[in-house]
Amino acid sequence: MIELKGKERIWEKYQKEIPLDRYYYARSCIRQNFWPGSETTFIKILEEELGKTILDEEHHTTCSGIAYHCDVIPQETTMTIVARQFSLMCESGYEHFVPSCITSFGIYTEILETWNEHPEVEEKIKRMLMEATGREFRKPKFLVHPSDVIYALRFDILKKAKYRLVNAKTGEPLKCVEHVGCHYAKMFPDKGVGGAEFPRVLMGMIEAWGGEVVDYPERRTCCGFGFRQYMVQANRGYSIACTKRKFDSMEPYKPDLIVTNCPGCPFFLDRWQYVIAEMEGKVYTEDGYGIPVLTYEELAGIVLGYNPWELGLQMHQVSVEPLLKKIGFEYDPLDKFKVGNQTILTLPEAPGVLKV
Amino acid sequence: MAKNKFGFSIHHDRQHNLDTADRNLYNRIALVEPSIQRCIFCGGCASTCTASKFTDLSFRLVSLNLRRGYIDEVKEMVARCMLCGKCTMVCPRDVNIRHLMVLLKKEFSENEF
Amino acid sequence: MEETKKHVLIVGAGIAGLEAATHLEELGYKVSIIEKQQVTGGHVKNWFKTFPYFDASEAIINFAERSLSKFDVYNETQLTYAERNDNGFKVNTDKNKQFQADAILLTPGFKVFDAHKKEEYGYGIFQHVITNADLEKYFRNGWPERDNKNLRFGFIHCVGSRDAKSGNLYCSKVCCATAVKQAIEVRQHFPDSEVYCFYMDLRMFGKNYEEMFQAAQEKHGINFVRARLSEVNQNFDNTLLIKVEDTLTSRPMKLTLDYIVLMSGMEPAENAAQLSQIFGVPTDESGFFAPEKYLVSENNTVSEGVFVAGTATGPKTITETINDARSAALAIHHYLSHSRIPTEHGKE
Repeated sequence: MIELKGKERIWEKYQKEIPLDRYYYARSCIRQNFWPGSETTFIKILEEELGKTILDEEHHTTCSGIAYHCDVIPQETTMTIVARQFSLMCESGYEHFVPSCITSFGIYTEILETWNEHPEVEEKIKRMLMEATGREFRKPKFLVHPSDVIYALRFDILKKAKYRLVNAKTGEPLKCVEHVGCHYAKMFPDKGVGGAEFPRVLMGMIEAWGGEVVDYPERRTCCGFGFRQYMVQANRGYSIACTKRKFDSMEPYKPDLIVTNCPGCPFFLDRWQYVIAEMEGKVYTEDGYGIPVLTYEELAGIVLGYNPWELGLQMHQVSVEPLLKKIGFEYDPLDKFKVGNQTILTLPEAPGVLKV
Repeated sequence: MAKNKFGFSIHHDRQHNLDTADRNLYNRIALVEPSIQRCIFCGGCASTCTASKFTDLSFRLVSLNLRRGYIDEVKEMVARCMLCGKCTMVCPRDVNIRHLMVLLKKEFSENEF
Repeated sequence: MEETKKHVLIVGAGIAGLEAATHLEELGYKVSIIEKQQVTGGHVKNWFKTFPYFDASEAIINFAERSLSKFDVYNETQLTYAERNDNGFKVNTDKNKQFQADAILLTPGFKVFDAHKKEEYGYGIFQHVITNADLEKYFRNGWPERDNKNLRFGFIHCVGSRDAKSGNLYCSKVCCATAVKQAIEVRQHFPDSEVYCFYMDLRMFGKNYEEMFQAAQEKHGINFVRARLSEVNQNFDNTLLIKVEDTLTSRPMKLTLDYIVLMSGMEPAENAAQLSQIFGVPTDESGFFAPEKYLVSENNTVSEGVFVAGTATGPKTITETINDARSAALAIHHYLSHSRIPTEHGKE
């Protein structure tokens, strides 16, 4: 088929070496709020299912990406904070740095490239870190994103999988839209698996686990998160218009789910469906529920058969239950609004247009 | 109102869709005065145009906008033309611009757009 | 005693090599040509019609091959090694054929830019994205099966040329005229089609090119849009969706097309680097052969006895190539007959 052969040619060009063990995990500042189950699931999959070593400790901080992208702090400050993260990694005896957030990944990549081309800047940051904290650092041997890790280990996950991305009734593979965060490969195409035009990292996971990837015209378009304009409420019309372009473009393909590897993108893709439904009465699926949006960890967790409420799927605006039903997933719907063993006292208000 | 509830509204998409552009006016005009087909949008007309110094009129843009289906902009600009004929004198491709302007003025006065 | 003829070895039997051979033979030299393809005729033999008069390429090839029987052509033969000796050059090939030559003429021609490199244009990924070279094949051999009603064509100028991302900063010169020619041919073949040309500039530099462009607009109804293509996508119904910046109205624009023709530019021949190394002929930043002196002496090189002609020194039209080949033949003749024409005023 013309499409796959052409894409495979490009994927051969953009290969990336991904280490398979001993990771230093740097958590994200906002992902843990939006998608509370994702990072714990990542650690659980790596440690319990695949027997890998991953260090998750409390001393690291935000990479300061939000402040940097909002022009609130200068680049040197971000570089020094990043240098401290590397210093923590070295101190713990690790060489493989894995940042949870994709904007972080973009920042680390950008900084490492800057230091490569301008060693004098690296020297300056070494001095600044020493002055500020008395620490020394070394650059990591490998810097990879956790979605790269899941991509590299996708067949190991497949071996333990309880479910596939296949419609349980008809046997048809699910149609999946994949959305890769801009900071993954658009800045440095050779730092992403598959390059910037046809990234392979999420496609590989979906295809390995039985799904079919949908290629629609606005696939490469940014979701509009951007940080700097989004922080001001009046500017959000610009951001939502970007995401709406993507929805309008993917609608004819009738996708069953969207997978992303960024913290901000699924936030937009999930929540804006509610806003668009309220503003214009438009829902992008025929059943009126909307297109469920998942992070790749949640997708891996579903495929492995984990309890959806421990994955944090109850925090999603667009209901994920229709997807679970489609793949024949067995779960207890009554557990959705429980914390521990107790049902919470006030249930959330139902949205006006989206079905739940 | 959505704006009050959320504090913003969805921005308008300004990417022009050529598939749905209305080229009927251009096609009708080009039948009567085919020289418009050889326009290369060099802007010689606009630079010498009397009205362009004080208004938005640019036949270069009229020529383009007709092809893109931006009829409202064309209507606005055509109203400013004084038919002085300077554009027709300088056009390197010998487009009969004055005639085209007369045709357009007639179209807009006789038809609804 | 009959004097033995001096021997000129030509590398490449495209129209440049053939034309130079014709004149050198007539001037009294023995000529051999080695050619890597199975037949002579280079790229021109693969084309259908030429600009701006729509003469058949076949006629050009017939012209170039008019004296073919008078010199030796070795097809499917590639040069592997050469060295100087007292009598000129000893040359080895991959077919166990050796040559002893008094002068060498390098006419390896050009290579078409590989459009796969422009990932965002979808060549080799989406159906019906083709290059100018592919289109000539359709003109010659027929079109693939599809519903041919009301087809929309988009010609994209400057693919692999004037483009830092492709690694080629230079203009490939002839692609604009080729695009206009091909656009006219498409309109003639599919009278109900709609054809667009998306260009950054329109380089109509040669005799009758501007007139051909005007006829394309007036007579053939081709739409010229000054726009740069950013990406090609595929719609749900497998048509192609392109996004361009309509520079003259300052607005981004999108439209649906059935065929996209990428005007791939000329690049140095695949073996240019190897020949440059073997014969000591330097190349410029773009990889084309650098002559001894630009503007006034573009067939001689700094390597004595080695001459260059044709698109190997840079993109050229057919006429320029033929003239360049004749000029090279004359330069070789002067060299081999120890001409006394000075290279500069006042010097012997």
